[in-house]
Amino acid sequence: MGPGPLSTYSAITLSINGEKYTLSVDHRTTLLDALREQLDLTGTKKGCDQGQCGACTVLLDGRRTVSCLQLAVAAEGRAITTIEGVADGERLHPVQQAFLDLDGYQCGYCTPGQICSALGVIEEHAAGWPSAVTADVRPEAGVPPLTAEEIRERMSGNLCRCGAYVSIVQAVARAAEAQVAEAGDDTKEAAA
Amino acid sequence: MREFGYERVLDVSGAVALLGDDPDARFLGGGTNLVDLMKAGVERPTRLVDVRELPLDRIEFTPDGGLHIGATVTNSDLAAHPEVRRHFPALAQAVLAGASGQLRNMATVGGNLLQRTRCGYFTDLAKPCNKRAPGSGCPAIEGEHHNHAILGASAHCVATHPSDMAVALTAFDALVSYETADGPGELPLADFYLPVGDTPHRETALPPGALITGVTLPAAPVAAHSRYRKVRERASYAFAIGSIAAALDVRGDVVREVRLAFGAVASRPWRAGEAERVLTGGPASAEAFAAAADAELAAARPLPHNGFKVPLMRNLVVAVLTELAEEAAR
Amino acid sequence: MTTTTGTAAATRAVGTAHTRVEGLAKVTGAARYAGEIPHPELAHGWLVLSTVARGRVRSVQDAPVLAMPGVLTVLHHGNAPRLESDYTVPFGQPDPALQLFQHDRIPYVGRPVALVVAETPEQAREAAEALVVEYDEEPHDVAFFAGRPGMYTPEGSAAHKGDLEAELAASAVVVDAEYTTPEEHHSPMEPHAATARWDGGRLEVIDSNQGSRFVADELAKLFSLDPDSVRVRSEHVGGGFGSKGTRPHSVLAAMAATVLHRPVRVVMTRRQMFALVGYRSPTAQRVRLGADADGRLRALDHQAECQTSTVFEFIERSADFGRPVYDADAHHTVTRAVRLDVPTPTWMRAPGEAPGSFALESAFDELAEKCGIDPIELRLRNEPTVGPLSGLPFSSRNLRACFEEGARRFGWADRDPRPGVRREGRRLLGTGVAAAAFPTLSAPSTAAVTAEADGTFTVRVTAMDIGTGARTALTQVAADALEVAPGRIRMRIGDSDFGRAIIAGGSMGTRSWAWAIIAAARELRERLVPGGAVPPEGITARSDTSAAVGALTEMERHTFGAQFAEVAVDVTTGEVRVQRMLGIFAAGRIVNPLTARGQFIGGMTWGLSMALHEEAVRDQASGGHVGADLAGYHFAAHADVPAIEADWVDDPDPDDPVGIKGIGEIGVVGAAAAIANAVWHATGVRHRNLPIRPDRVLGAAEGALGA
Repeated sequence: MGPGPLSTYSAITLSINGEKYTLSVDHRTTLLDALREQLDLTGTKKGCDQGQCGACTVLLDGRRTVSCLQLAVAAEGRAITTIEGVADGERLHPVQQAFLDLDGYQCGYCTPGQICSALGVIEEHAAGWPSAVTADVRPEAGVPPLTAEEIRERMSGNLCRCGAYVSIVQAVARAAEAQVAEAGDDTKEAAA
Repeated sequence: MREFGYERVLDVSGAVALLGDDPDARFLGGGTNLVDLMKAGVERPTRLVDVRELPLDRIEFTPDGGLHIGATVTNSDLAAHPEVRRHFPALAQAVLAGASGQLRNMATVGGNLLQRTRCGYFTDLAKPCNKRAPGSGCPAIEGEHHNHAILGASAHCVATHPSDMAVALTAFDALVSYETADGPGELPLADFYLPVGDTPHRETALPPGALITGVTLPAAPVAAHSRYRKVRERASYAFAIGSIAAALDVRGDVVREVRLAFGAVASRPWRAGEAERVLTGGPASAEAFAAAADAELAAARPLPHNGFKVPLMRNLVVAVLTELAEEAAR
Repeated sequence: MTTTTGTAAATRAVGTAHTRVEGLAKVTGAARYAGEIPHPELAHGWLVLSTVARGRVRSVQDAPVLAMPGVLTVLHHGNAPRLESDYTVPFGQPDPALQLFQHDRIPYVGRPVALVVAETPEQAREAAEALVVEYDEEPHDVAFFAGRPGMYTPEGSAAHKGDLEAELAASAVVVDAEYTTPEEHHSPMEPHAATARWDGGRLEVIDSNQGSRFVADELAKLFSLDPDSVRVRSEHVGGGFGSKGTRPHSVLAAMAATVLHRPVRVVMTRRQMFALVGYRSPTAQRVRLGADADGRLRALDHQAECQTSTVFEFIERSADFGRPVYDADAHHTVTRAVRLDVPTPTWMRAPGEAPGSFALESAFDELAEKCGIDPIELRLRNEPTVGPLSGLPFSSRNLRACFEEGARRFGWADRDPRPGVRREGRRLLGTGVAAAAFPTLSAPSTAAVTAEADGTFTVRVTAMDIGTGARTALTQVAADALEVAPGRIRMRIGDSDFGRAIIAGGSMGTRSWAWAIIAAARELRERLVPGGAVPPEGITARSDTSAAVGALTEMERHTFGAQFAEVAVDVTTGEVRVQRMLGIFAAGRIVNPLTARGQFIGGMTWGLSMALHEEAVRDQASGGHVGADLAGYHFAAHADVPAIEADWVDDPDPDDPVGIKGIGEIGVVGAAAAIANAVWHATGVRHRNLPIRPDRVLGAAEGALGA
């Protein structure tokens, strides 16, 4: 446990991309700032710092999260995956490969967030979650296919000012198809 | 953002005891609204009590067939839950219409009910706002208000409540349960949000220091035939400019039961009780739907630039109830 | 190692699709942007902006803040080092917004009044928020509206020929309509950030900008330094769109680093960006078109209005758009401006052309309706053979080909011209079209190409890749110029030490930089002896295109395009959804089809966003914005954007060594008009005020019902 209740700093251990990092954080420090300023993991981007753009998306216990509204001290004990942990060594994740091949970016600043969000989208869809454009949300209706419309809605928390949405959606669709094909042999594979 | 203490709690009574009666302490759930407001300087707590790991993350049937939703259930888990989708589809749709996938993964049910208005004057410390700084004035009334309230507002504040989830919960007669140092309590959601009056800074009827522990939805067969429809200025990832949660039970073209609540029109989710009364027992026709909407909206007092919300809400009532009636006829 | 240029059977790289050179870095998070380079002893600066729109700073109460944890200094007008103000920049007079903390006057909300520097960003932020600044406030005026008092005609903003009133009077058909566009913001995803430090007598700045050499030169002038003692690097830039010139963050980072003798980083918050980096002025535009019954234009009158600040003049030249596009016997265009207590607007993707094309291309649709002529046919009937005002020939003009190819692919021939007759459920469907044009410019640049001893080539040019794909396109150009595979090219950009080169702006970056690279490569190839040895330090050739660019003959040089859109409108809720967009462009030689398509589609996405979403709202009472963030200022999200298609027709520029024209902005032009015209076709209602918000659509539908 940290020091007394009125302490404004805590010594914490964060689990990031499978590694443990011990650091002292000002309670005001967001996970985003801890990654960027203290741990030199600058792949996670700060676009608005207000939860309004999605550039800072990381996975927390496998779920996509905006790290700008996540206090670092409150992230202790949770498994954090950032863009730096998405590839398997030198081998790009299919989502990364699809973004690269289909030019799913321009300036690249929203890209890590888009990729982490896409990992979440594919997982959420595989888990049977409906979306705001799912015509019938009742469980009896089953899981809708991951159409372009579904991808667009589910990815809408990631803004891209360059206007690369068209190729981002294509990249997510391609990666999702690859994932489904892969999952055909091996029933379940974690996203990252 | 000023410095603050942080404590994580694992049980409800401990959480309540820790917060105590400290007016500068706040419970931290998903943080999607609180942390943002802290960055904006609107909220300046000296202590945060992190309640996200409280054992309040279950969705369970109540003995009467309703649902009890724990306060720390995330918006995502709520919307994905099969029983929610089966028995209260409008609730799942409302949650899915809100924010983004990332924010829904973080935001909790309890926090969602307590989120603050997104009025641009409220979130900007450089501007007056009676809700943030009582007595400083409401510049929205003379200024930018095209997405402000048309119902239940006052000369002191015309802000709207931003939640989509709470609109559906309101339609379904949800009860909010909470815990205080003196023990548990319960409030109908209908009484949870206070009228604006001349105290727009006082938003809920929760006792000081109370922790929301959950929301109970009474069994409501009508809710299985329900829909949430949200209109916004972008196709996604935007707050509503008008929304509706509706449920309809029609037998032989007669409305047996109807539930209607509006979003983005008032300082709280707006239960359209007058419209429900007009409709119940009457014909399920477009004309009747429009008449009911007009009855409800007779109380509307639009400002110069938000009058569109009156026809918008009328059109939404007609459209959504017509869809539900057509589906019932199939 | 021996040189081998031109000996391999080189496949041409230009014209073929290449994934981005820096793509791997971007998809793995390895690409570092300006705020992401670590430095030991780094201090963090936080800007404090004025909260009043006009007046003077009475006091900055820095003493309590200096006592706060971690605070290192508070810079303000009472203690800041002096900056030089008597200098010029390549675009004319310097922006007085960079004269930071030099006086106590406040000309608008959001003028920096202090910089708080602390050990950590959290400490700096809290101290900045705690800093009390007192003002002597004066009445302000931020109200922009059509025809308001104070409008003046800036020098050089009018052009005309012919007797306008006579031609209008003689016209069988006249359109006279007013249009407005709101204040719009660039909102690049990467906030402006700079880290400054002194290193061995040099000011080293890592900055997010669109022209490192321009920023370096201006910092040198501001701080009275030798130009060679300032270096600005910007390897990756997270979007710019016109907003990333020299801005207060880099000046203040340099100032604080100088005062504190340690590295200082200043990053703008998203909210601060709305006040500090420029924006597109709101516009009010009146268009009068007079035509014969067959649609031939007799009169074109485009009068545009915009705002500028009281401290600096920037004109959103909306009325310029029509000058090269249509001929008319009387052709009058003018942009007027009013000085208000607001920050100075600036270039924003397709400045002038974006709002101007909305008005004129909407008016053309109205004329087509009145004449009963297909809107494409109407435009083709008014195609000029030479510049309507200049009389100069076009270097190439393939607008007709764009319309013909676009019409074929979009299925335009089957279109029923009647409005308001296509229904799909509750939604009304419609299609619209508009023309696009944007000037083709080039500017002098320098480059250096080095043949390395290992057989590779290093290109150094102060080019910037703000997302355009310039780094990749230039690699392809260099590969072809050296007749080697792109893999043997090392493209180094974004460093002011590489010499003078034009900014990434005006759709002229890639064209201008490529020209310089080709010139250097030619020079290098002449110096390389086939089979000869390359010394360890390599062999370097340098170029300067000043003479070549200066020798370009005066012509009408433009890119053109045809924009098509299909919308679905729910008139019961006012929601407009774009179902389809197609843009066909004549925009010079396309270097990299993969990234070029992204540029065109990105521009069209901007047009969609402009048509339906974007609008910054200024509060008259305070003079500042309401909702200055990305939840208050909407631009299009994923769900708003359909599978937009873009393609091009053959249109190489005859005078450019590669045939390039420039593609960064043409995609925006006309796109909003095509959507507005489609909304009319769907609903029968003209929307002349952007954005086409639900309340406006609903209000129009309700009005129609009430009438």
